[in-house]
Amino acid sequence: MTTAPKHLKLTVAATALLALAQPAAADTLRLLTWGGYAPEGVIEMFEAETGHTVEVTLSNNEEMIAKLRATGGGGFDLAQPSQDRIAGPQEEFGIYKPMDLSRIDAAQFIPSMLEATKDNTTVGGEVYGVPHVWGTSGLVLDTAKAGMVADYTDLCAPEVAGQVSYRLRRPTLIGFAFAMGMDPFAAYGDEAAYAEILEQVESKLIECKPNVKTYWGGGDELMNLVRSGEVVAAMAWDTGGWKLNEDNPDVTFVAPASGALGWVDTFVLPAKGQADDAAYAWINFVMQPEVAAMITEVAGNFTASKGADEFAPDALKAKYQASFTPEALDNIKWYPPVPAGLEAIEGGVLDRVKAAN
Amino acid sequence: MTGTSARLGFVLLLAPAALWLTLLIVIPHIDLFLVSLRERIGVGQYTTSFANYGTFLDEPLYLMTFARTAIMSVLATALTLLIGFPVAYYIAKLARGRTRSVLFLLCLVPFWVSELVRTFGWMILLRETGLVSSLLQWAGLAAGPVELLYNDAAIMVGLVYTSMLFMVVPLITTLDSLDDAVIEAGYDLGGSAPSILREIVIPHAMPGIVSGCIVVFMLSLGNYLTPIMLGGKDSLWFTELIYSQFILRFNWELGAAFGFVLLLLSSVIVWGTLRLTGQTLRETMG
Repeated sequence: MTTAPKHLKLTVAATALLALAQPAAADTLRLLTWGGYAPEGVIEMFEAETGHTVEVTLSNNEEMIAKLRATGGGGFDLAQPSQDRIAGPQEEFGIYKPMDLSRIDAAQFIPSMLEATKDNTTVGGEVYGVPHVWGTSGLVLDTAKAGMVADYTDLCAPEVAGQVSYRLRRPTLIGFAFAMGMDPFAAYGDEAAYAEILEQVESKLIECKPNVKTYWGGGDELMNLVRSGEVVAAMAWDTGGWKLNEDNPDVTFVAPASGALGWVDTFVLPAKGQADDAAYAWINFVMQPEVAAMITEVAGNFTASKGADEFAPDALKAKYQASFTPEALDNIKWYPPVPAGLEAIEGGVLDRVKAAN
Repeated sequence: MTGTSARLGFVLLLAPAALWLTLLIVIPHIDLFLVSLRERIGVGQYTTSFANYGTFLDEPLYLMTFARTAIMSVLATALTLLIGFPVAYYIAKLARGRTRSVLFLLCLVPFWVSELVRTFGWMILLRETGLVSSLLQWAGLAAGPVELLYNDAAIMVGLVYTSMLFMVVPLITTLDSLDDAVIEAGYDLGGSAPSILREIVIPHAMPGIVSGCIVVFMLSLGNYLTPIMLGGKDSLWFTELIYSQFILRFNWELGAAFGFVLLLLSSVIVWGTLRLTGQTLRETMG
C-alpha cells in the first residue's frame, strides 16, 4: 500500500516536468471568428501539425467587440473583426494588444493588402491587425425580376415594392449615402457633416420603408427570403449572392453603380489572450496558399494570402469575374477606420428608421 | 442550545437562496446602475451624471417604444387570460381522470421545444410562401400569396402562444381548490351561469388570475425573440433597444439606463394593477 502514493508522486512530478519542458507545446487556441473562416479540415490539419487545439466561437463584428469589452479583452486568444473596427474600439476600450510583426511571415501576404491593413489598424504607433479574408457588400438580385435595380436607391423603386430586404445596420447607411451622391467616408472626421449626411439618408430610408418586406438580421434569414422568391432584390454580401446563384442561375451578386463596399477581416490579439504562440502559429498556418484556398472554398471569399487564387475553385473565380468588371473592382469603396463615437449618431438614425411608419 | 441550532439550520437553508440573489441579481444590478450613471464625454473618458436617463426622456422615440411595448404586453396578457380561463376551467372542473392528465400534458408539450424552434414554427406557418397562405389560395379564399408575418397581429399570436402555460397553471391550481358544492349551492339559490361565474368563480380564482397575469405580463415585456422574429421591420420592442445599445452601438451606458427604466416602469405597472384590482402581493403569492 505504501507504493501507491510513491507512484502517484512520481507521475505528478513527471507531468510537472513535462509541462515545464514544453510550455508552448499544447496550447488551446480560443478563436473568435466568423462562420466559414475556420473549417473543420483546416483545424484538423493545424492540430495535427502543431499539437495545439482550437476552440472556435462564431460571431460578428459587433458581438466580437462587445464580448471583448465585457471581459476587458479576455476569454479569447485570437479574434477577427473587420479592419475598420480596430482603431476606434482600441482607443476607447483598449481590448487588443499590439502585433509582433516579426512573428508573422509577411511573405505569405499580398503586400498591398498587408500595408493597407497595417495603416488602418495603427494606434499610437503600434500595429494591431493583419488582413485575412476580404470581400464586398452590394446588391443581390433576381435579375429576371429586378433587373432594373442598378444601385441601392433603386431598391425604393415601385417595380420591386414589397420584395426588398436589407439590414438595418451601418453598411446600409453608408451604401445609401454613396448612392445618393454623397461621400460619408470623407466626412468621418467631421461629426457635424457626417450627421448631416445621415439625416438625408434617414429621410430616404423612411420614405423607402413601405417597399421593404423585412429588415434581415442573419445570413440564413436572407437566404430563405430570396430562395422562396419572397424577396427579389436585397443588399447583401457578395458570397450570399454567389451561393444563391448555385440554386437559381437568375440570382447573383451585382456591384452597385456607386460602388460595392469593401471590407477586410483581420487577425487581432485580444488584450488578455493567453496563447500568443498558438495564435501566431494559426495566422502563419492559414495564410499558406493551399490552406487559404480551403478557407476560400468554405467561406466563399478570397483571402489576403499571396498565390492562393491559383488553388481557388474555378466556379467561384468565374462568379467573381462576372460580378466585378475591372471598373467595378476599381470602384470598390474600402471602409476606412470608424472613429470612436460615430456609432452613437448612426444608432439614433437606425432607431428612428425602425420606428417610422 | 436548541435555539442556536435552529438558527444555524435557518441560516444554512437560506444560504443558497441568499447567495443566488446577491451574486446573480443584486451585485450585477448595482454594477449596471453605476454604468448607467456614466456619461461619455470623450474617447475613453466618462463622468457621473443622469444624462442617459435624460436621453430616454428627451427622445420621444424611446418613450413611444416603451409605451408600445407595455400596451402590447397588457393586450397579450388580456388575450391570454381570455383564452386560458375557459381552458383552465375545463381542465380543473369538467375533465376527469385520464382526460384531465392528457389535456394538461397538451398544454405542456409546446414547452418541450425551445422558444426559438416554436417561433420558427410560426414563421413557417405564416410566411408568404408558408402553409396558411398556401391553404388560403388552395381554398380559393385568396387570389395571391398572403403575407401574414411582420405585423403586430403576428407578434400578438406569438406572445399569447408563448405565455399560455404560465396563465393556465396558476388558474388550474386556484380553480381546483374551489369546492364544487359551492357552485351547486349557487345554482340551488337561483343563480344563472353568468352570475355564478361573476359572483363565485372569478372572485375565488382572483389570486390565480392576478399571479398568472403578472407572470405573463413580465414575460411579454421582457420577451426578445418573438417580437423580433415575427414582427420583422415593424417589431420595435423595448428589449430590442436595450440589445442594440449594448451590442450594436457599444453604448453600455444608455443600454444600462434603459434596463433600469424597464425594471422601474414594469414594477410600477404591476404595483398599479395590484392596487387597482384591490389585491395585495401577499394574497397573490398565497
